[in-house]
Amino acid sequence: MRPFSYQRATDPTSAVQALSAAAASTPLTKATAQPLAGGTTLIDLMKLDVMRPAAIVDINPLAQGWSAIELKGDEVLRLGALAKMSDVAAHAEIQRNYPVIADSLKLAASAQLRNMATLGGNVMQRTRCSYFRDVSYENCNKRNPGSGCAAMDGVNRMHAVLGASDQCIATYPGDFAQALIALDAVVEITGRSGIRTMPFAELHKAPGNTPDIETTLQPGELISAFSISGRWPRSVYLKARDRQSYEFALSSAAVALDVQDGTVRDARIALGGVATVPWRAREAEALLKGQAFDDGLAQRVADAAFAEARGRRHNSFKISLGKRVVARALQQAVTMEI
Amino acid sequence: MTAAAPEPKENMGQPVPRYDAVVKVTGRATYASDMPLDNPAYAFLVTSAIAKGRIDRFDLDEARSVRGVIEIVTHENAPELKESKLFSDGGYAGTTIQPLKSAEISHDGEIIAVVIAESYEAAREAANRVKVSYTATAPSATFDSPGTTAAAAKGQNAQFKEDAKVGDFAKAFDEAEVKITAAYGTPTQHHNPMELFTTSCAWMGDNLVIYEGSQYVYGLKNGVAEQLGIDPDKVRVVNPYVGGGFGSRGSMTPRTAIIAAIARRLNRPIKLVPTRDQGFTIATYRAETRHEIKLGAARDGKLVALRHEGAEVSSRADAYCVGGTKTTTRLYACPNVDSLVSIVRADRNTPGFMRSPPEVPYLFALESAMDELAVQLNMDPVELRRINDTTNEPIGGKPYTSRSLMACFDEAAKAFGWAQRSPQPKSMSDGDWLIGYGCAATCYPTQMAPSAARVRLQRDGRTRVEIAGHEIGTGAYTVIAQTAADRLGVPLEKVAVFMGDSDLPPAPVAGGSNSTASTCSAVMMVCDQIRQRLFKAVMPDSLTEKAKETVGISPAPTTQAAKSDRPLDIEKAFDALGVGVVEEYGEWKPDGAPLDSFRAMHSGHPRLVGGHQMKDQIAYAFGAEFVEVRINRFTHEIRCPRLVGAFAAGRIVNPRTARSQLMGGLIWGMSSALLEATEIDERYARYVNDNLADYLLPVNADVPGVEVIMLSEQDDRINPAGVKGLGELANVGTNAAICNAIHHATGQRIRNLPVRLENIEA
Repeated sequence: MRPFSYQRATDPTSAVQALSAAAASTPLTKATAQPLAGGTTLIDLMKLDVMRPAAIVDINPLAQGWSAIELKGDEVLRLGALAKMSDVAAHAEIQRNYPVIADSLKLAASAQLRNMATLGGNVMQRTRCSYFRDVSYENCNKRNPGSGCAAMDGVNRMHAVLGASDQCIATYPGDFAQALIALDAVVEITGRSGIRTMPFAELHKAPGNTPDIETTLQPGELISAFSISGRWPRSVYLKARDRQSYEFALSSAAVALDVQDGTVRDARIALGGVATVPWRAREAEALLKGQAFDDGLAQRVADAAFAEARGRRHNSFKISLGKRVVARALQQAVTMEI
Repeated sequence: MTAAAPEPKENMGQPVPRYDAVVKVTGRATYASDMPLDNPAYAFLVTSAIAKGRIDRFDLDEARSVRGVIEIVTHENAPELKESKLFSDGGYAGTTIQPLKSAEISHDGEIIAVVIAESYEAAREAANRVKVSYTATAPSATFDSPGTTAAAAKGQNAQFKEDAKVGDFAKAFDEAEVKITAAYGTPTQHHNPMELFTTSCAWMGDNLVIYEGSQYVYGLKNGVAEQLGIDPDKVRVVNPYVGGGFGSRGSMTPRTAIIAAIARRLNRPIKLVPTRDQGFTIATYRAETRHEIKLGAARDGKLVALRHEGAEVSSRADAYCVGGTKTTTRLYACPNVDSLVSIVRADRNTPGFMRSPPEVPYLFALESAMDELAVQLNMDPVELRRINDTTNEPIGGKPYTSRSLMACFDEAAKAFGWAQRSPQPKSMSDGDWLIGYGCAATCYPTQMAPSAARVRLQRDGRTRVEIAGHEIGTGAYTVIAQTAADRLGVPLEKVAVFMGDSDLPPAPVAGGSNSTASTCSAVMMVCDQIRQRLFKAVMPDSLTEKAKETVGISPAPTTQAAKSDRPLDIEKAFDALGVGVVEEYGEWKPDGAPLDSFRAMHSGHPRLVGGHQMKDQIAYAFGAEFVEVRINRFTHEIRCPRLVGAFAAGRIVNPRTARSQLMGGLIWGMSSALLEATEIDERYARYVNDNLADYLLPVNADVPGVEVIMLSEQDDRINPAGVKGLGELANVGTNAAICNAIHHATGQRIRNLPVRLENIEA
């Protein structure tokens, strides 16, 4: 860790101003000023010397305006970005109508971390790639652009089989983002020129040739809220992991279905633990729409979800595992009592 | 009585609460780095980013410019230190690789610089700003890596004296009716005790005080003195509480003498708190092992041939090995046995003791193979053990001092519900989960070492016990206090115990599960010395003469009375003596301890005896472990909802602390089977998951059910305390029990640890 200045934001405008110091061309993760919410990723990476911000802007004072859990009318759920993961997971309305959200939060991290971590910080959580997190490895294109990727031919059991490039195979580690992308969430962003919105699916960027650029946010922009249209009581988050609690996904699936009279009217599938970014499996979803559900269809859908997957030395198992997780999540969603 | 404090059975003490319970739960227990220092400087380590090669140069300008930096020590300006031999070669060190000695790098994460600063933060920041240029050469990481060398352990490791064998294995195996040949493997593991590998060193003139979590304060004191070239009596090691050891603190690591020498140079106390990931490379670890087992049996299950070949990884510098064939060749009756242990040298730091060092990897192989044999024989695995149970070990024919293996199997089987198991693999399930039941034997050698103690008794019954033992979380304070209270007949709350200080009378290393047996035997002996003095004062001559007639001339009746349970009126005895305090010091050694035992004890060399090395007998504690595993049909996730173990280990001094040890062992065993492995990047010979987020340990949700059963067992042939030692007993059999249960659940035999969901086939 290196010395840094610390200031508490008093309102969104002052927060945005304090965070806008870096040039717009600087990748957000390299910006000299970083926002501090729960701190469960940022402080960790600062201790590891991976992130070296000169200034920390504590945005927790904005929680009063930015942490509400609101159901607007009947059909729009709005989640403030500074809401704590544990509060959202425990919310009765969310458990009833958005089980995929409640479960994705409940199955993430430990109780202590969920009490600290915020929704906005959670979706911005950076990869757990061991080589990224250990600065003694020179070769990490995410940390040092152009230096290579130690994980590509290294210990890569936890790494991505979807969305990787020849520059980076680091997995996006979160759970909640899979629920958001599956439900076509919209992200609300507060910046210098006020508030803008965009589909959550446009927030994260696949590594391509610039793995150091992880999101479309600019320095000085903050996520202030997420919103979701429609209710999704028939939804599931299934997570396979090495131990029963407090562990990242080896493979997970966020599934939301609208089934009427045995026919799938609408289907949403997102994959976690297997891709470089929150991953929506749209081709797989298309196979479900308008069809009567059976186990054979679940298998074909699962195969389609991983059609583009590519395994490496230690992570090839994720392709077969991921398919089984998708198929099982679909079965669970179809048979759940709502 | 509660689950945590089981009702004592025959030959068990009371389950009194821990002596140190209140200070621990209130956070008042002072660990080494809690000790106040006068104006300390802070050290932060820089460790190598390559495993093999050399340092071309350091660029320290940026680091030196950090405010508060006092000095940066590298091989170019490091204080000179003398060498210490490896622990197993009669020295003190856990490695003979001495960092900061030259530009050469011998392993990943070797200490290459020490930054000293006015604050921890400044030292850490400056360490982050140290730039190092290396010339790296291709390292050999592990088994099968190019450039490793392999040779038999015998002849290169002083403590590995023989490859056990008896009869004619080759012929017997050739002619056996039923045969098993199988290869097994275990991974690298790290201890990861909660307390980091900290050290604080403070000089007062020529005298050095070291605050460091250690499992052997006398070893560390003498080792550091040797490296510094000073009189050991000038060195004092203090650690009243140790935040877990598991073997990692049994021998001296290089950091201590380095910090002590820098503190001397700067004339200032220095406090070092390394990081968790540095702990993976500046201390020892359990090396990866490979095994081939051959079993030959008659149709009725009787073993006729057994061969165990093991290979272990060590460093280039040191021929460390655990050589668990000494146990696996002696566990069951078998007339024809052969074994071979070899060591593979790689560019790694030197491995070392980790909880049940030999038994964990070697019994995993043997107890898995026994299950494979049972399957092939279509026999209940418990019955296979019964058929091959023995009263004498097969290599030398020596009798076990006591052996309750099958009693443990029967008790544990009953508690577990083994009878409900349908033997066919893949025959039990519950919804999404396939269910498997498995079992394995567990054992650990009974070991003792010379120990001293000082006991002081006041007229009002207040008692002070001084012994340089170690509270590594096991309950050492508690059992020593109980022992003194029992022998002196004073209330437990009047006994104060002082440990973890090398200025106290020497005790052995807290390793090899010898502590309770050794320290309690010593404390009993010294308490009896006090009783003898008191009895002498109150027994009139005539009575003494009369007693002499009844019990014979020798030993003196006061000695007899002291050793008996005869009550003593302390106040009357003190009045007769005319003093206020009686104090005794004594040195105890176990039967068969070498002649130099007491000298070695003071110079930090434990002379452990026991196990299979006893003259006319062999002493082991035994147990049986049963597990239920559940494997998800879809995700193949493996969970272990139930662990049941039954154990017999001689006298149980305190059923509460004993249960805690055994429970912790079962949990660790499960963790070892399903979670724990240090991943090595073979290209660089570097550890990758060197933190507690990626090196997985079980969380509460992984351990829903653990049941510990302690059997009553009396063994008067081992040591005066009648204690076998059980700290390393319970984590031995679990690995095999879990793989055996996985076979029962899935029909699939997994022979390499840890077992992960990708190892389960569809």
